[in-house]
Amino acid sequence: MDRVPLERKVLSENDRIAAELRARFQEHGVLCLNLISSPGSGKTSLLERTLEILPRRDRVAVLTGDIQTENDANRLKRFHFPVKQITTGGTCHLDARMIERHLADWKLEDLDLLLIENVGNLVCPSSYDLGEAAKIVVLSVTEGEDKPLKYPSIFFKSDLLVLNKIDLLPYVPFDIDAAAENARKVHPGMEIVKVSCLTGNGLHEWMMWLGEKRRAYKSLVQATVN
Amino acid sequence: MHEMGIANSVLEAVRTEMGLHPGTYPCKVGVRIGEMAAIDQDALRFCFEAMIQETDLASLELGIEVCPRRHRCQVCGRDFVVRDYDSRCPQCASLETTCISGDELELAYLEVEEYGPSAVGAKSSQ
Repeated sequence: MDRVPLERKVLSENDRIAAELRARFQEHGVLCLNLISSPGSGKTSLLERTLEILPRRDRVAVLTGDIQTENDANRLKRFHFPVKQITTGGTCHLDARMIERHLADWKLEDLDLLLIENVGNLVCPSSYDLGEAAKIVVLSVTEGEDKPLKYPSIFFKSDLLVLNKIDLLPYVPFDIDAAAENARKVHPGMEIVKVSCLTGNGLHEWMMWLGEKRRAYKSLVQATVN
Repeated sequence: MHEMGIANSVLEAVRTEMGLHPGTYPCKVGVRIGEMAAIDQDALRFCFEAMIQETDLASLELGIEVCPRRHRCQVCGRDFVVRDYDSRCPQCASLETTCISGDELELAYLEVEEYGPSAVGAKSSQ
């Protein structure tokens, strides 16, 4: 019996494509963000509000993933930014190859920001690197404040937690401080913004975070070039 | 849910690796899974077993090593296992600790056996 060391990632093929994508994003100065949440937490609503607020001339594009239907892309196309739907046909997450394929007829040099809405799922998308600069996890107040402890991987790997539907706080037994505390137990120092995509409450903080991330990425890319 | 894809990637890696070891067959593949990797061990085993059934890899065993979340203290340098999400340094109580492992999803090793009488002999002597 011989034991051969393998010592590589299980998803090395996905990771290889993701690394290529990351290098291309960096080359063209495109900040790529991967939004992840369970179904119905408000990823699409957050994107709608974001595209609504961003200036029309902004160089932004959206890839939105679902198992079936073009519904999300149709919702997001109203804002006149390039939007493409990725229907996975059953797969519970997006992978790097899907991103590569759907970017094929977009010119990265025309973009500054690429927002990816993953398939609604708090588990599987966390294993698949899409070449993004950061993951963002969305949690809504109807879901229970212990979600970060139950699904630690995605909270651990995300830079930002967007707590959505705060307009419902008076009606649901959700302890928002406990939710934040749980998220920071899993991911010490995690950034958190509290928003209502319905009322617009808190969206200013989200847009500030996004703006800051874009500035930081730009300086990082420029520093790499120089 | 994505354990089917993970099992498939493991089996693809086994097949690729086997191309490098003519005259042998694979007995066991070892993977390392971090507790933060969002992989359900039972689901992975179930998918793995389902995918090898009635194939040339039907006798392949899956070895899973679970890797705990480890942090390193930025103040005193101590490495420690994080339990119950308590990432405070057990030595100096600092909260300035960073994660150094726990999200592994790695292929560790492949055990191969030579075809032929020697292999049969080796098996029966076990």
